[in-house]
Amino acid sequence: MSVAGELIVMSTEIVKQENSYIEALRVRHSEIVADGPSWVARLRESAMERFAELGFPSVKEEEWKYTNIAPISKLDFAKTQFVSSKVTVAEVARLGCPEAANSQLVFVNGVLREDLSSTSEIPAGVVAMNLSQALLEEEHRELIREHLARTVDYNTNGFIALNTAMISGGAFVHIPRNVELEQPLSLLFIAEADSDEVAAFPRVLLIAEEHSRATIIESYAGTGEGTSFTDAVVEIDLKAGAHLEHYKVQRESGAAFHVVTTGANLGPNSSYDSTTINFGARLSRHDIGIKMDHEGAECWVDGLYVVSSGQHTDTHSVIDHRQPHCTSHQLYKGILDGKSRAVFNGKIFVRHGAQKTDAMQTNKNLLLSNEARVDTKPQLEILADDVKCAHGAAVGQIDEDELFYLETRGIHTELARNLLTYGFAEEVIGKIKLESIREQLDAAVLNRLNARLEA
Amino acid sequence: MLEIRNLHAAVDGNPILKGINLTIKKGEIHAIMGPNGSGKSTLAKVLAGHPAYEVTEGEVLYERKNLLEMSTDERAREGVFMAFQYPIEVPGVSNAQFLRLAYNEKRKHLGEEELDPLEFKDLLKERAKIVEMDASFMTRSVNEGFSGGEKKRNEILQMAVLEPKLAILDETDSGLDIDALRIVAGGVNHLHNSENAVVLVTHYQRLLNYIVPHYVHVLANGRIAREGGKELALELEEKGYDWITSAAAA
Repeated sequence: MSVAGELIVMSTEIVKQENSYIEALRVRHSEIVADGPSWVARLRESAMERFAELGFPSVKEEEWKYTNIAPISKLDFAKTQFVSSKVTVAEVARLGCPEAANSQLVFVNGVLREDLSSTSEIPAGVVAMNLSQALLEEEHRELIREHLARTVDYNTNGFIALNTAMISGGAFVHIPRNVELEQPLSLLFIAEADSDEVAAFPRVLLIAEEHSRATIIESYAGTGEGTSFTDAVVEIDLKAGAHLEHYKVQRESGAAFHVVTTGANLGPNSSYDSTTINFGARLSRHDIGIKMDHEGAECWVDGLYVVSSGQHTDTHSVIDHRQPHCTSHQLYKGILDGKSRAVFNGKIFVRHGAQKTDAMQTNKNLLLSNEARVDTKPQLEILADDVKCAHGAAVGQIDEDELFYLETRGIHTELARNLLTYGFAEEVIGKIKLESIREQLDAAVLNRLNARLEA
Repeated sequence: MLEIRNLHAAVDGNPILKGINLTIKKGEIHAIMGPNGSGKSTLAKVLAGHPAYEVTEGEVLYERKNLLEMSTDERAREGVFMAFQYPIEVPGVSNAQFLRLAYNEKRKHLGEEELDPLEFKDLLKERAKIVEMDASFMTRSVNEGFSGGEKKRNEILQMAVLEPKLAILDETDSGLDIDALRIVAGGVNHLHNSENAVVLVTHYQRLLNYIVPHYVHVLANGRIAREGGKELALELEEKGYDWITSAAAA
């Protein structure tokens, strides 16, 4: 009797807790739901309903099996609407991308800060502006309506539903036909969490028209010691022949929860080169989905995660070959130190009729401690018969022979270990064309030593 | 410079070296020869400090210091160098990065100023000539995709950069064609002087036509079975190792 009684009490508590975060977020949603055009209001409303049904995902769901997001659902969302800020221009200079100093939108806790942004080097015709503002402008409204929430489906999970229910702050980027952007465009999202918990729901919609070329840096950073939660959705649409180089750099604070979903639609003969660098946050989850629904598209979906004690990072990637003659390359590398954990789940689908698909996927992990753990699962599902596909995963440690070799040349053991770690990461670092990002990585990978490796 | 006294060493509990005695003075070139399994490569690895080799008895004095108490990297900074029989590939680390790091580790150890990348580049360019290595090798990952001969030349390049007092070359001639052998041997001869010493570990006499040793030591079953001048190597070439190994076993 008593056992059954306890069970009832427990399940009531779980329901109550779930209700409490959903209710708190409903209040926040209600403050913005009616902003902008009525179709956006309806979109927010249906997404909120979906979120109320789904709630945050649980480890019982296959896609979330290794990543327990319970701490996020325990945040006090009634208090998370904190508008800053103490963030200064100097901090933006430190956290931002110097190559894009004058083509940068800065968001603090999800809200665009025009005073911290600089758009003077964004060429005329190229649009990079606050999404909520763009929704009010006649010239952008229809284009946004045709693309928003089309690439990333809010029915998929609670995080996407919640972000969609909260669509307000974020960026709308439009690169016109045949335009080549010389400067990279930077979107910097700063979580400012001084004492309270903060939550931000940035939304990015990027449309690259036919034969345009651009580089975009999407970075996330944090200031302050408080807990922050970022739930972002980035939708990318590349039209025929467009080329986009996309860097996502996540270096939020050690108290941050970071959940981002990226979706890209690749037009005919377009190319998408994505590099995801992940070395911050207590818990980070990145879902990246590439849809290749037109012939001749090519993508690189690469990444590097570097985590140490107390950090958990999870990458779920889906590359969907739906049409013939598309090529995808994927290389994800992970460096795990201390008591850390990483998850890599990469699916490649080759649909019926997607002949001449060329798909290559690799995930390699380097464990620097016995307490680190990685769960890697590359998956291929091929329904066409004339394709070239390969995938593989590896988990290893510092090679003792390599270490001995470096030591016999007089290099101290710790330095030798770091050099080998750097060498492991180099395959990903080496492809990064922006020096400031490479420098950050050099520092992150080689931090405990001052090996200046510019030789 | 080096004094090995009654050295015994084992791998996984199997004794390989069973009492080696050897004295090397500066300015000398010694050849350590012997059949496969005689322990000559083990001796090289023990001197370099390979963690898999356990010294069970004896001592090694290097410049009057206890070599066996020093870590591998410390030995190297003190001037002990081993050229590997099978040089290791280090992906993602460029040859130039690696060499400069190693070079500066040694400079720091000696209390000298470190060289910046530009200064080091000049030094490297000059030393690379000794082994006729092209500049393109400097930006490539250490030994990755190098041919056998290129790897051996890269070992000698490292020797040229680090300028060791005691260089131990483990089967450096194995797998080399005649041109590569000439280059490698030329490099070693160029680097050898009255202040340093070279130990050539080799199975064949061929290398000794190019680098002429002052002394030849023949190992059999973990001990030095025979010693002599360079003519001993020629005798081995003619008669093989059997007469020595059977004498050692008897």
